[in-house]
This record gives sequence, structure tokens and C-alpha cells, in this order.
Amino acid sequence: MGGVKQFLSHFFVTGPFEIGGDVSIGLVSLAILFVLTRYKLWGWLWRNWLTSVDHKKIGIMYMLAALLMLFRGGVDALMIRTQLALPNSQFLGAEHYDQIFTTHGTIMILFMAMPFIFAMMNIVVPLQLGARDVAFPYLNAISFWLFFFGAMLLNISFVIGGSPDAGWVNYPPLAELQFSPGPGDNFYLLSILISGIGSVATGINFLVTILKMRAPGMSLMKMPMFSWAVFATCIDIIFAFPALTIALGLEFADRILGAHFFTLTGGGNPMMYVNLFWMWGHPEVYIVILPAFGIYSEVVATFARKRLFGYTAMVTSLMLIAIASYFVWLHHFFTMGAGADVNTFFAIASMFIAIPTGVKIFNWLFTMFRGRIRMTIPMMWVLAFIPNFVIGGSTGVMLAAAPADYQYHNSYFLVAHFHQVLIGGVVYGMLAGMYYWWPKMFGFILEERFAKWGFWLFNIGFYVCFMPQYPLGLMGMTRRMYTYPAGLGWTSLNMISTVGAFVMGIGFIFIVLNILSSIRHPVKDTTGDPWDARTLEWSLPSPAPHYNFARIPVIDSRDQWWEMKQKGMTKPDDSTPLAPIHMPKNSGKPFIMGVLFFIAGFGFVFNWYVLAGLGLLGVIITLFARSFDYDTDYYIPVDEVKHSEAAFGRS
Amino acid sequence: MTDKDQTIVTSGGHGRFPWSHVIGYIFSLVLTLVALLMVTNHVASGGMLLFVILLLATIQIFIQLFFFMHITEKHGPAYHIITLAVALFFTFAIIAGSLWIMTFTQVSS
Amino acid sequence: MAVDVNHSVVKSADHGTMLEYSTEDGALKILGFWFFLAQDMILFACLFATYLILHNRTAGGPSAMQLFDVPGFAAETFILLTSSFTYGIATFQMRNNRLKSMLIWMGITVLLGLSFVSLELKEFITYVLQGATISRSAFLSAFFTLVGTHGLHVTLGIFWMISVMIQLVKRGLTPVTARKAFIVGLYWHFLDVIWVFIFTVVYLTGVMK
Repeated sequence: MGGVKQFLSHFFVTGPFEIGGDVSIGLVSLAILFVLTRYKLWGWLWRNWLTSVDHKKIGIMYMLAALLMLFRGGVDALMIRTQLALPNSQFLGAEHYDQIFTTHGTIMILFMAMPFIFAMMNIVVPLQLGARDVAFPYLNAISFWLFFFGAMLLNISFVIGGSPDAGWVNYPPLAELQFSPGPGDNFYLLSILISGIGSVATGINFLVTILKMRAPGMSLMKMPMFSWAVFATCIDIIFAFPALTIALGLEFADRILGAHFFTLTGGGNPMMYVNLFWMWGHPEVYIVILPAFGIYSEVVATFARKRLFGYTAMVTSLMLIAIASYFVWLHHFFTMGAGADVNTFFAIASMFIAIPTGVKIFNWLFTMFRGRIRMTIPMMWVLAFIPNFVIGGSTGVMLAAAPADYQYHNSYFLVAHFHQVLIGGVVYGMLAGMYYWWPKMFGFILEERFAKWGFWLFNIGFYVCFMPQYPLGLMGMTRRMYTYPAGLGWTSLNMISTVGAFVMGIGFIFIVLNILSSIRHPVKDTTGDPWDARTLEWSLPSPAPHYNFARIPVIDSRDQWWEMKQKGMTKPDDSTPLAPIHMPKNSGKPFIMGVLFFIAGFGFVFNWYVLAGLGLLGVIITLFARSFDYDTDYYIPVDEVKHSEAAFGRS
Repeated sequence: MTDKDQTIVTSGGHGRFPWSHVIGYIFSLVLTLVALLMVTNHVASGGMLLFVILLLATIQIFIQLFFFMHITEKHGPAYHIITLAVALFFTFAIIAGSLWIMTFTQVSS
Repeated sequence: MAVDVNHSVVKSADHGTMLEYSTEDGALKILGFWFFLAQDMILFACLFATYLILHNRTAGGPSAMQLFDVPGFAAETFILLTSSFTYGIATFQMRNNRLKSMLIWMGITVLLGLSFVSLELKEFITYVLQGATISRSAFLSAFFTLVGTHGLHVTLGIFWMISVMIQLVKRGLTPVTARKAFIVGLYWHFLDVIWVFIFTVVYLTGVMK
């Protein structure tokens, strides 16, 4: 009995926050189970969402997950800022603080930003290309469920076993068994390894979709800019994520097999981890920003009512950024001591990337110049992005100067820089995209009043929170310190920063209220084109029918839908006869595979190898089951298509 | 450019006898054997020998790509060749970059 | 895959229909697989880079020179190379619509693959019994992980190949089964390409000097 009690006390984390977490998780889970059972929604959930291979549904699920993770990561941030508001604060102990900034970073980058960009990619790209789905819809579902269960694995660590606490980068030797003996670090490694598989699969999926499934007549140079951005992003994804798999996989081998890749003894070299990690880590930040750049291009052109300026230059800069992002990774560890020649090369390469980025900013400004700008919510987020990202990007160029970086590295100057580019660049882009494509997803527009409150509070809160962090860094405050002494002149800036963080939190609440109130009193999108926009997705009804296009359009220019409207068309050409539409069947295997990976991951976390082995065996069996399954698609008969189109007032 | 070009270009060897595969195999065998024998018979010294066997390996890769993997066959634009070229480019960057960056740590083994 | 624009059967320039490309879906999956191989190449590149950085760090334990057995790894190399050749012949038979010969050559490939894996297992066990385990030194960690990852890929490939053979027997040579056979072939050839570098960079340099 004593043994069981001991086990349970280590297995379940105890402490006021964790118990609060347990209670909330318990209550929310019960509430969900209650609603599903009371309204008999289990079948609906399984048939329409859990087994869906439809890119539109998968995109919505990614977006919901991202918003939930934005909440969780945001709460982590508020806890961090609360702890740092005053010197010598004991609100959080050192170890707990470490767990919180680790989960904050891991969640925000891997389980908030990544699903958000995947959401945008899924919802938009097939519609923009005139395609009926992505190249591999089944694989698309697998990508989502692997992400979801990977995220679940990390999130559960808070209450079971203990969260990782070695930073979102998880450097050895701290992350090795000697200094991080518990399961926490394993949660980090496995959750990311599992969801990483999904990310690579998404990269492959969208590359093939973009190269092979564009509507007839849509040459690559007629493709919308968001799809070009996704193309560049996916190139980065498939060539970067393997490095992460290896970095984390080798660290995992150190932890469970006693290997000596990054250990202090046995000939290991911890610095090799840093090298491998950032080989992924730098392309990763471009992976998250490039789709945001794509969104900005779409939104600016639509609401300036002008063609995007410099299409070719925009494409060239996207591709240059995508390739160049592979040659700068060392700037994350100038101070590791590689030598002046190495540092110089990477410093100059890092500064170079500012050039194509600058080209893009100028092109957005030139698009707006002499345009007739409509101040909608998406446009506001774009306008807010520009100064924010320019400042953040400029501090990036400062950091790229290797000798100067010896001062800035791992100080709050760095923290301010990356939050500015990640929030001001990526989050603003995702929010702009969410507002812009929301009608296409759900058939109604998000109302403006709460949205504006959310926008202003979040923006003002952002500057109040992060601008003080630049001088704090220059004054010497380093990153990842759980508290600081009084009398250094840091206190007032920290306090101001904390106030800003809470203002951002209130802004986020307004965004949530915005969504909830719009659901209650929806302003319907009756035409499918509420913004009078330019690209093909707006030629479809909102929300789009499950087969997307009744007839695949034929393309002859950029901004095809705009050109069609100029010629007086109000909907796509319906003169050609309909044909049966080939569609993939739903499947429960991706969801099941996610569960099996979760089981395997959970087993590995606690070194329960039988459980882990069974989970992996299950995955392999599911793979073979799919291989032997030949009944994977069907045809929508013409009558059904006619009926569906008629419901939208089309034929 | 969507795939208006639906013709497929095939590599040779689709008649009576699989010539390309046999030629590829023989070349690969020879390249492997030469490398092996050069090393086991200490034909040259460190740096030079290393360069030669790496060269032989690289040649063998291209032999196998052409003769075994049907790399020149295509359905539409040759995206797969571009992909492989980019992958090779990044492979080189990763390995060369890592060696360059990490050599400062070679103190002892 | 849900596009219904191009379901026409595709003809090659001068050789009749190539079955595995003949559906839109087949072409998509083959291109997707090339992207997967590109990604796998980066995976192995990182393992090679790690091996190159760590291969001299033997921590007083056994070195490559002491462990590697020339006939052993030479045999592994020739077996795997031959198996890549035999699968090429299987593909050739497929292109000429000879299902039975195709299955025979696939079977030979599987047998050669199994010999490769057993030789490699024997090699690993020999090292382990000498105390050269994955946890002995950084060199050995890097060696076992690089070569072991390749071996795992081969093992998975064997099972995959067998499953495709079963589907060929059950359903005959169709556009779908042809595409599956072609893709597993690409995978198999790719693994031999990786082995050429393992042979050169790990084994040959290990016994050099």
C-alpha cells in the first residue's frame, strides 16, 4: 500500500496550482461529456469531426486548438509577469517558474503558432487553387490528430508526472537524465516528436497540392500570394523538421538508452545539440512568419482595393527568405565560441535576410498607396503589424551583429525582440487571417465592436508589456531568471511590463467575447464574398460546400475572381454540365492512430516500455490496415451536386 | 503551369532485357569493390584516400539514381529532380556547416 | 486526390502506358513520396553530421578500427546492393506486365533484405558482447544510431514489401498495386543509396590508416 501511495504522490503533481488544474480539467471534461451525451452528439462528433478528412473541417479544428493553446500559453505568460512584477517575489518558486516559462514557450511556438498556420493553410489553399481538397486528405487528418495528441501529452504533464522545466529549447546537460531525472523532460521530447511527424506530413501534402492540383490555366505565377507563401513555408518544413527529430531523438536516446550524444561524460558533446536544434529552430521561425506574410498580402490587396504591388518581387523574396533561412542558424549561439570567421559568416547572412523582408514591407506600403482603404478588422491588424514588425525586425539586425550580441544574448533585449516579431508578426497575421476568412469558414462575419476593443487593448498592451523589456535587457536583466533583487532600477520597468501583459490578457478576453457574441447574433454572409475580394475562395458560397467547386474553374489571370467580377459575373460559370464528383471517404484511423501514439508516448515518458511497445505496434497495425483498405473513396452523384448548388441559389 | 504536359518520359530498358539495371549494377559493384580494395590495401594516405572514396561514393549515387531509381522519368514537370537537388544542397550545407562550426570543440576524444 | 479533372490514362512518349502513373492519384502519391525521401535524406544528413563530429570520441572504449570486420560489412554491402538490383528487375517485370516474374524478383529482394538485417543484427550483437554498447561512448552512440536507424528503415521496408506482394497476389497488377510496388521500390533504392554513404563514411574510414 505504501508503495502505491508513494507512486501516486509522484505520478500526480500536487500543489495549489496543480490541484486547481486538476479541478478545472475534471469539471470541463465532465461538462463536455454531459453535453455530448445529453444532446446525443457522440455520433455527430465522430461522423462529422473526428473521422473527417475534409480540409475545411481539419482547418477549423486546428484553429480551435490554436486558440485554446493561446489561452493556456497566455495564462502561463501572466503568471510569469506576475512573478516578475516585484523584486524577490515568492509568488512562484524557482522550479515552478522554470516549468511555466518552459511550457509557455513550447506551447506558444509548437502548439499555438504551428496549428494556427496549419489552420490557415488548410482552410484557404485548396479553395484558392480551385481544388476540391489537398493531395492527401487522409494524411491531412493524421497530421491533425498527431498534433492534437502530441499537444495533449504535453498539457497533461502539468498534473501528471510534472512539466518539463529546462526551457523551450531543452539544452543538455540540464535536459539530460543527470540533471532532469523525472518524466517532465520526456513529456517535452515525446510530445514534440509526435506532433513533428504531423508537421512534416503537412509540408509534403501542401507541396504536392500546390504543384499538382491547381485549376487548369493557373500557372505558378498566377497563383495567389498566400498559396505562394504556403509553398515557401512547406519547403522550409520538410527540410527543417528532420533536424528537430534528430536533435530531440538523440537527446531521448541519451535519456532512455544511456547514450552519450550530449552528455558530459563518455565523449558526448552538448554543444552538438545546440547546433542541431537551431538548424531546425531558425527555419521554424520563418515557417511561422511566411504564412503570416501571405495573409498580409491577401488582406492588403483586398482592403486597399488594389492589386498587390510587385507580384514577382514578392514571390522572389518569399523564396529567397525560405532558402536563406537555412544559412543563419548559428546566430542563436554566437556566444558558444565557434570563432570569428564562423560568427562573421552567419552574422552577415542573418543581416541579409532583412533585405527581402524589407522588400515585402515596401510592397505592402506601395499597395496601400493610392488605394481606397477600408478599415475593417483584418486591415487594422495588418496596419498594426507593420510598425510592430519593423521595430522587432530592426532589433533583429542589431542582434545579428555578432560582437554586439555578446551583450544582448539571452537578455531581455532578446526576449523583447522575439516576442515583437512573433506576436507582432505571426499572431497579428493569424488574427488578421482569422477575421478575414471567418465568414468563409462559418458563414457569418465577426462583429466589430468587441473586435475593436480587443484590437486596441491587445496592441496597446503589447507595447506597454514589451517596450520596457528592451531597456531592461540593456540594463543587464537576463532571461529565465525567476526573480531579481531590488535596487537595480529594474523594478518599475518590470511593473509596467506586467501591467501591459494584463492589458493584453483583457484584449484576448475581448476577442473571445467577440467570437461568442457573434455566434449569438450572427451577421450572415449571404453572398460568399463579404469583402468584395479578389481570389477564388470568395467565388464560393459561405461556408463552402463539402466538395468546394461544383465545376473546376478555368483560370486565365491573377486575382481571377476579381477579373470575373469586372466582367460582370456574380458567380462562377455554370454553362458546362456537372459531372459526378470524386471524394475521399471519412476514416477513423487517423484519430485512432493519434490515440495509439499518445499511448506510446505516455509509456515512453514513464519508461513503461511494454505500454510504449504496444502503442507503437498499434500504429504499425493501423498503417497496414490502411494499406489493405481499397474502399477509400466515393462519387457524389450529379443530382446531389445540383441539389446542393440549388440551396445556394446556384446551378 | 499545370500539368498540360501529361506525357511520360521513360528511361531505357523497357524492351526484352533490363540492360540499364544490369549496367547500373555492374558499375555499382565495381565502384564498391574499388573503394574497398583501395582502403584494405592502403593504396594512398589519409586525406587523398578519403577524397577518392567519397568521390567513388558520389559517382555510385548518381549511377543508382539514373539506372535504378528512374530519376529521369517524369509525369509533368520534373519536380522530383529539383527536390532532390535542393535536398542534396541542404545535406551538404548541414554537414559542412556542422563540421565548420563544431571543429572548435575538438580538444580530445 | 479529390480532383476529377484528369482521369485520363496517361501514355508514355513511346512505350505505352506506365501503370503506376496512369491515374492522377498515382502521380500525386509518387511525387509526394519523392518529397518524403528528400526529408529522409535530411534526417540521415543530421545523423551523418553527428557521427562525423563524434566518431573520434571513444572515451577509452573500443574504436572503429578495433571493432569493424571487413568481410562482414563488405558482405552487408554487396547483399544490399544486389537486393536493390533485384528490385529493379522486379520493376522491369512490372513494366512488361509479368506479374509472376515480378513477384519472384520481389521475393528474392525480400530474402536478400532479410539476410542483410540478420548480418547486421549479428554484427551489433558481436559488438555488444564485447562491451561496445550504445552507452559506452559517443562514437558508439553515434554508430549504433546511424546504422541502426538505417537498419530499422530496411526492416520496415521488408514488411512493407511483403504487404505489397500480398496485395499483388490478391488483386493482380492494377494502377493502384503498380503504384504501391513502384513506391516501395523507390524506398528500397533510396536505402541502398544511404548505405553507400554508410559504407564509405562509417566503415571504410573506420578501417582506414
